[in-house]
Amino acid sequence: MTKIGLEIHCQLTNLESKLFCSCKANYREFEINENICPICMGLPGSLPRLNQEAVKKATIIAMALNCTTPDKIAFFRKNYFYPDLPKNFQITQLNIYGDSSIGGVGSIMVGDKKIRITRIQLEEDPGRLIYEGSSSKNLITLVDYNRAGTPLVEIVTEPDFENPKQVREFLNILSDLLENLGVSDPSLEGAMRADANVSIEGGKKVEIKNIGSFHDLEKATIFEITRQESLHSRDIEIIQETRHWDDKRKITVSSRSKEEDLDYRYFLEGDIPWIRIDPEIQKELKSKMPESISSKKERYILQFNIPAQVASVLSSDKFYSDLFEISHTESNAKEIANIITTDLMGLVDTREKREDSKITAIHLKDLTDSIQSGKISRNSAKNALYEIVKTGKDLSQVISELDLGNVSDESELLEIIQKVISEESQAVEEAKSNPQTINYLVGKIMQKTKGKADPKLTLDLLKKQIG
Amino acid sequence: MNLKISALEFVQEVQNGNISAEDFVAKTLERIQSIDEKLHAFLSVNEQAVDQARKVDKKIKSGDKVGACFGMPISIKDNMCIKNSKTTCASKMLENFVAPYDATVITKLKEQDAVFVGKVNLDEFAMGLTTEFSAFGSSKNPWNTEYVPGGSSGGSAVSVSAFECVASLGSDTGGSVRNPASFCSAIGYKPTYGLISRYGLISYANSIEQIGPLTRTVKDAAFILNIISGLDPNDNTTVDNKSEDYLSDIDSGIEGKKIGIIKEMTEDGIDLAVLSATKNAISKLEALGAICEEVSLDMVKYSVAAYYTITATEAGSNLARYDNLRYGYDFPLEGYEFNSYISKARQNFGPEVTRRMIIGGFVPSAGHAGKYFLKALKVKSKLTREINEAFKKFDLLIAPTVPVLPFKIGEKIDDPVSLFQIDINTVTANLTGKPAISVPFSISNGLPIGIQLFADSMNDKLLLQAAYALEQTVSLPKVPI
Repeated sequence: MTKIGLEIHCQLTNLESKLFCSCKANYREFEINENICPICMGLPGSLPRLNQEAVKKATIIAMALNCTTPDKIAFFRKNYFYPDLPKNFQITQLNIYGDSSIGGVGSIMVGDKKIRITRIQLEEDPGRLIYEGSSSKNLITLVDYNRAGTPLVEIVTEPDFENPKQVREFLNILSDLLENLGVSDPSLEGAMRADANVSIEGGKKVEIKNIGSFHDLEKATIFEITRQESLHSRDIEIIQETRHWDDKRKITVSSRSKEEDLDYRYFLEGDIPWIRIDPEIQKELKSKMPESISSKKERYILQFNIPAQVASVLSSDKFYSDLFEISHTESNAKEIANIITTDLMGLVDTREKREDSKITAIHLKDLTDSIQSGKISRNSAKNALYEIVKTGKDLSQVISELDLGNVSDESELLEIIQKVISEESQAVEEAKSNPQTINYLVGKIMQKTKGKADPKLTLDLLKKQIG
Repeated sequence: MNLKISALEFVQEVQNGNISAEDFVAKTLERIQSIDEKLHAFLSVNEQAVDQARKVDKKIKSGDKVGACFGMPISIKDNMCIKNSKTTCASKMLENFVAPYDATVITKLKEQDAVFVGKVNLDEFAMGLTTEFSAFGSSKNPWNTEYVPGGSSGGSAVSVSAFECVASLGSDTGGSVRNPASFCSAIGYKPTYGLISRYGLISYANSIEQIGPLTRTVKDAAFILNIISGLDPNDNTTVDNKSEDYLSDIDSGIEGKKIGIIKEMTEDGIDLAVLSATKNAISKLEALGAICEEVSLDMVKYSVAAYYTITATEAGSNLARYDNLRYGYDFPLEGYEFNSYISKARQNFGPEVTRRMIIGGFVPSAGHAGKYFLKALKVKSKLTREINEAFKKFDLLIAPTVPVLPFKIGEKIDDPVSLFQIDINTVTANLTGKPAISVPFSISNGLPIGIQLFADSMNDKLLLQAAYALEQTVSLPKVPI
């Protein structure tokens, strides 16, 4: 049986500052080596100063993944030399000397499959290496320490995945969950990275490191299973080793370095004393925890009668569900859910488009109000939405500027109807015996009004005219 | 000008207008100029010290608010960061490192108008007890320049006892403040772990070390402690002392106090002169009304082994950052890749640091940790339990600071194990986090002997009161230099 276990590194991107200093956690907007200080550079004499918010955010993640949360946590040093590591050790957590990591055992359901969580640990991200030069002769490695010290949560799972599809489903659920908790923006480059352990029946465990995105994680596991199965079918032994994901060639490559033999000489980080996680604080965090995705989904279905498929899409995405939560009322909820999932999602389908989008909950509310009162047709609403996303103008302004308002003036409409009746005399005759044809005539009227005729009024007037 | 006055006397004299800070600092620099060639306490001298003192004088004259130090010349062990000045740790590795920030203790002293006259010598990265392991040469004992001044804060002790400054800050990981204080006849005080911020002190073994003052009098040590102690957001291990005033009631006496004489620190291997000084000190304390009784701390006999195991482990990690990538010295890159480059760069550590690096790579490693590092941690916690038990019965504990008299430079340098053993009386305070102080007590054949007192955690005030009482019982000759 194939077994896959994961170690997921998730940056707490929504925090203000780094894990041990006051440099920004959002290092992405800085010039190289500008977001640094004596602490995150590990300068002689500097000491780590623990960011208590990070402890809270990591605890929330542990709770959301149903992990045990200890009363006291501790940090450890993981010692190894690497150019991206300013102190040549990483401050991290582990449970070898008793449970002191931010999260203990837990689990999460992926469909019907239960995935067990081994532990969750809070740690610092290293800096970033930049390679320059082409051939091996002039290759130089540059180090950007802006990222060094960024708060990172490592989520370690048991080897409970049986195939890459389950891995993908889990990652989708996890990234929605982290976003919903308001702790991280998984779409940011490098915010989510992972290592995977893969073994097949009769083979040893192989660790794949350095997988830079969730998308590649699935690819890497598929490649690795295929590689191992191919070896197995030829009776070649699968050795226990560490492999690296080559992100350009999309294959795993054996690590020539003896990284697996590294002795990290773990020991307690004396500069950060044991930290008590007060039960009161735990309780408070729990009470303030955002509603879970599954609970949201259930509520949307039961309370507003929103179809399961729509509720599922809406609840799993924080951007859309936040818009929905603010804009909906008891009477327009279904309509708003519809507009979000059918129209809005098509307009803002990338991260950039979302960030540029000017839409607010008020726009959505105005839009559904106008549809329900007949001020604007469903069709025109779509055009209005496009304009709103682009400009952020008020709905009323958009309607008047683009002339999207419904034709609901009886005399104006009657004129158009009579014109259609005179043009379509044959259809009018047919309509008297076949109600289907009436729809054809309504369509013609809509064409002439560019879709702005009030549908109900049109039908009433038309029926009267035909007799 | 009398450079031999204490810190409190200095404050009084300046306040009364009898002396100016500028004159005193200028004379101090002259003395450094004239005698430090012989003593080698200083690694660098602050050229702006006189200007800084003048500014303090100006403040006094114009009636501005003046800090408690009134321009007092203080020396700083060269493992604490002063912004824009070299901080070398007496190592080739940091020979050109200019700190871009102030240590918390420096910030606090600056706020109180102290003037830093210079950075003083130490064993490389504070590893040693003689200053012989300084990459820039050993300091000399002012009582006899053929002898070691003790260490690792040797430069601090020499500069205080030879009147090259009024007070000094050292750091004490296993006795590094108390040992040289004892050898040079100064007060050397290691406070409770966490009482003084370590931010800006270059770590050797961070879980047990503390910054501590070296001064001429116990009162001066309390005065300095008042300034530099307290909670610091930059050091998570600091404790809140609620702005305790350590100077008030310092003359409360020790009548009725119970003092335990640590058996394991007053028996085998102890120099006879040291033993007789200890007995003498005990009878003086008894004469003041203290009740002295022997107490046994069984774990003391394993303390040196545990100490070197733990400190080597932490040092191995703390000093890993000196990989020459961010600061260090130039050498041609040609022919090196990452690992060989680091190996080459790290050859610039001296012999003692290298020795402890090697130990520190071994004792906590997988397969050996159980036998060494974890066992050392067990000794540490057992020793702590024992001493806590002792403090249920006793208010204070007593032992000689160092079991031997100062020895000659070069005498023990090739025998690291016998050097390590000299730490037996000092490491206990570090391993257990307790405060301890060395008080100059006698001179034997022209060489100083210090007596050490211990108190329970956060009982620093009581410790200083007892040290003050002991100090008042002796009158020692001044240093012959």
